[in-house]
Amino acid sequence: MKRFNITNEPINNQDVIDQVIHHNAGAVSVFIGTVREMTGDKQTKFLHYEAYVPMAEKQLQKIGEEILVKWPKAITAISHRIGTLQISDVAVTIAVSTPHRQDAFDASRYAIERIKEIVPIWKKEHYTDGEEWVGNQKGTEAYPAGHPEGVEK
Amino acid sequence: MVHILLFAGLAQQAKTEKVTIDVNSPLSVEEIRGLLQNQVGPLKGIEHALVAVNEEYVELTDQVKDGDTVAFIPPVSGG
Repeated sequence: MKRFNITNEPINNQDVIDQVIHHNAGAVSVFIGTVREMTGDKQTKFLHYEAYVPMAEKQLQKIGEEILVKWPKAITAISHRIGTLQISDVAVTIAVSTPHRQDAFDASRYAIERIKEIVPIWKKEHYTDGEEWVGNQKGTEAYPAGHPEGVEK
Repeated sequence: MVHILLFAGLAQQAKTEKVTIDVNSPLSVEEIRGLLQNQVGPLKGIEHALVAVNEEYVELTDQVKDGDTVAFIPPVSGG
């Protein structure tokens, strides 16, 4: 298994964790992103993720390199699933090991925030009352029409 | 020939994920974006898409040459 991985298969969290455990690690922080049913008053039936796979894996690797610069002894592994996911399925698993716990917490948080900025992966929400491609979740990108494509408001 | 990749809402509007464009001389990313829409029609929101050439993010003024792969990357929503 690759340390920075985009996969169509269900993610095995332990496989991701196993890639960062080593003899000088004193802490492993694991972030797991799962499919949420309710977003405000909208109910999700299921999600579809697509990715520009080769570039997405490169960008995940870049996040690992950025982490290594900020936290020099951190080892990172990230798997992101694509395809159709049901409620509570694991969409992304991030594991970071460091000698001490504070860095592991900080670095795993950094990784998920960066994924939402630079990794070419897109989520399509299939709601009970329609569907939409979700835009930038950090709210730093505007849509010219004021809402994502394919949704009439 | 320049290979163009479209994703998410852009692919949905264009009704295709791959477009090829013949180029005789190097063009800017912005010019490629114009030629693309001449071919497939206007793509709403493409001005907010990031652009990658050969899997690396670039600026609109960067050059695209024969054989390159240009990807238009709408606001990402992984995680």
